[in-house]
Amino acid sequence: MYGYILQRVLAAIPVMGFVALFVFLLLRLTPGDPAAILAGDTATPEQLAAIRDSLGLNDPLLVQFFSWITDLLRGDFGTSILSGKPVIELIADRMEPTISLALTTIILSVIIAVPLGVIAAWKQGTLIDRFVMLLSVLGFSVPVFVIGYLMISLFSMQLGWFPVQGFRPIGEGLGDFFHRIALPTFTLTLLYIALIARITRTSMLEILGDDYVRTARAKGLPESRVLMRHALRNCSVPIITVIGIGFALIISGVVVTESVFNLPGLGRLTVDAVLSRDYPVIQAVILLASLIYVVINLLIDIAYVLLDPRIRYS
Amino acid sequence: MKHTTFEKTKARGMGKMLRTSVLSATVASLALMAGPSFAQTLTAVKHSALRVLDPIMTTAYMSRNHGYMIFDTLYALDSDLVPQPQMVDSHTVSDDGLTYTFTLRDGLAFHDGAPVTGEDIAASIARWGERDGMGQVLMSFVESMTQGASANEFVINLKEPYGLVIDSLAKPSSNVPFIMPKRLAETPSTEPIPEQIGSGPFTWVAEEFQPGVKAVYAKFEDYVPRSEPPSWASGGKVVNVERVEWVVMPDDQTALNALQAGEIDYWESPPSDLLPILDANPDVTVKNLNALGMQTIMRPNTLNAPMDDVRIRQAAIASVKQKDVLDALVGNPELYALCGAMFVCNTPLASDVGSETLTEGNGMEKAKALLEEAGYDGTPIVIMHPTDVGTLRTQPVVVAQAMRDAGFTVDLQAMDWQTLVGKRASQAAIADGGWHMFMTNWVGADVFNPLVNNMVNGKGPEGGWFGWPDVPKLEELRMSYATETDLEKQKEYAAEIQKVAYEEGVYAPIGQYFVPTAWSNELEGVLDAPAPLFWNISK
Repeated sequence: MYGYILQRVLAAIPVMGFVALFVFLLLRLTPGDPAAILAGDTATPEQLAAIRDSLGLNDPLLVQFFSWITDLLRGDFGTSILSGKPVIELIADRMEPTISLALTTIILSVIIAVPLGVIAAWKQGTLIDRFVMLLSVLGFSVPVFVIGYLMISLFSMQLGWFPVQGFRPIGEGLGDFFHRIALPTFTLTLLYIALIARITRTSMLEILGDDYVRTARAKGLPESRVLMRHALRNCSVPIITVIGIGFALIISGVVVTESVFNLPGLGRLTVDAVLSRDYPVIQAVILLASLIYVVINLLIDIAYVLLDPRIRYS
Repeated sequence: MKHTTFEKTKARGMGKMLRTSVLSATVASLALMAGPSFAQTLTAVKHSALRVLDPIMTTAYMSRNHGYMIFDTLYALDSDLVPQPQMVDSHTVSDDGLTYTFTLRDGLAFHDGAPVTGEDIAASIARWGERDGMGQVLMSFVESMTQGASANEFVINLKEPYGLVIDSLAKPSSNVPFIMPKRLAETPSTEPIPEQIGSGPFTWVAEEFQPGVKAVYAKFEDYVPRSEPPSWASGGKVVNVERVEWVVMPDDQTALNALQAGEIDYWESPPSDLLPILDANPDVTVKNLNALGMQTIMRPNTLNAPMDDVRIRQAAIASVKQKDVLDALVGNPELYALCGAMFVCNTPLASDVGSETLTEGNGMEKAKALLEEAGYDGTPIVIMHPTDVGTLRTQPVVVAQAMRDAGFTVDLQAMDWQTLVGKRASQAAIADGGWHMFMTNWVGADVFNPLVNNMVNGKGPEGGWFGWPDVPKLEELRMSYATETDLEKQKEYAAEIQKVAYEEGVYAPIGQYFVPTAWSNELEGVLDAPAPLFWNISK
């Protein structure tokens, strides 16, 4: 197992290297010039060239790439071309809203969706099953921003229970933190409940027809034990996969939700950086997103072993 | 026990009430657990995010607005467009008109406590003069700039008399000649200043700055405002709140909800389609603060064929009806004006010379005739179309259709604004990624005279603005305007410049429109100005 983890960590290194090279080249081949953005409307060509020089944009691509990689290996992610702030600071500022939203959404979704999916499978074809499937279809079909606006309209504008927008770090008060993260969490949760409940139901349906489940029931085990211990645990691999990928998706940016609720998360940072051609910021957030995917995939693989002893990695 | 229908209904009602009460209590307790809030904090949603903090290095309006918070100016225009002293107490001009001596008013100090001196002024004006168009013209007349006999004096020696010295120092929009400490002003103008230290009415709260999210300013307690009432950026800059927070809300609906729910106090530029909702709210004031509004323009590239032919440029301009553009862009006629004045309507230099087809919308036949006369061969006209900016994505579509109606073949190329910004600097041929035309918007104060208006610069590929018309006559007229001190003669020069500019097809204003600001009625004293100002406001 440890050998497998080491092997996966080592395999991630060339992956990250390839991502770094790809992102770097893609940005340089994309039209747009950060120096022109900085210089404004009245800069002379000489001034524009001076700004490009000061940013190192006139250096050969190879020199720029190795300079960036060398700095990166020293832990220096560079500074934002526009604001002049260290990229690592910008990312750190934006991590808390994103991670908070991802955690609250995934935790709430799992708490609701897994039991719903289990019940729907257990009561297949009944009214409960159809109701869960209807919720699932709604969760998939209604765009997140529509759900967000409806939530704001009802809970903020009509009832006045929650603020319309904004984020408060957890360090500034637990109450304010939950008060502000609640609506975006509920909004995203609907989508993830739909996803996880559907997968849970499908996986459970496959398992519930298996011989060992029938045997467990024949032995007189309580139904709850049959469902949760024998069935759910054995079908948890695809559920864990979906939860993991869902978590990674939120971490790497949910721009629409962040915009509707004005959350200063990584998604908005990425979009802003792309629109303003802030190369160091774009490169860093894409590398970070790739790293998150690699780590989460590794954790999912490890979780497989823990949940299903039949799975072995050599 | 059997319940009657009434009892069941009552019981359900009580249950619902209980659930609602519990939920409300939970939510209220969450709110009570909230962190600290600052008294007298004014929260404003800005039109864009503040990213570049140096208002001299860039012309971005957010950087200019930031400059007005942190820095002060020697002079400022009042609402009659007349320069008024701001940091300056008085000034004298020598009999030969070559020496200007300025005395600073008492009590001026930077945020680090250092007094403002003539050396700071000289360095600041020199840096601004490297970057700003009007500043560059001023510098071409300047022999020297030095501190005067005492530390609070500043002297400009000219090579020859120049009529717009004070007007230049009172320039209201990008780039504004903000005054900063000498050590910052000595930063090359192609590099950002390393600190935000000014002598303006607000200090910069650096530790709370989140680019793209939030910028925070605190009242500068040692600022000494002038005694005159405020008028635009002139007069007393009295700060009545402890903090001002600029926040960015990428979604307009969120900003609308936040203003209506009292979570923000001020929304700089709500889109026109949401204005009726704000107008209907008795707790919100909606008002246009910028009487000069915005000028939206079309700019041809004179370097690339067939736009290198003046008749083709004239045909393109003649085909456009301002009303069509403004109906599509703004919609509400109360928020726009048909205005062919290159130096903006309702200003001393406003003139309608040469603009009839744009405002009357009767130029289509003229456009067709010009195309035929020029022998237009159907070469596609590349119009850059920025699709990510709400106030810029409409005009190219309307102009392209008008040009097609006149007989042009148009290649409308969709791109984001930053791609356009990079691409418009290219003088390359079309085959190498060049362009024929783009549209942009200017704050009225950025185009209201021939020196600040970049589009009537006729210097060509060396020193001209994107599009690069090479029209020496325009440069002669601009210099005549600059050295003239009599307003009536200045008006004549301005009208002549506009006439030549239309004849040469260097650019066309395709409408003037206004962007009202909305704020909570809890605020008082919001000022009219060409840029959003946050002094004088109380909450």
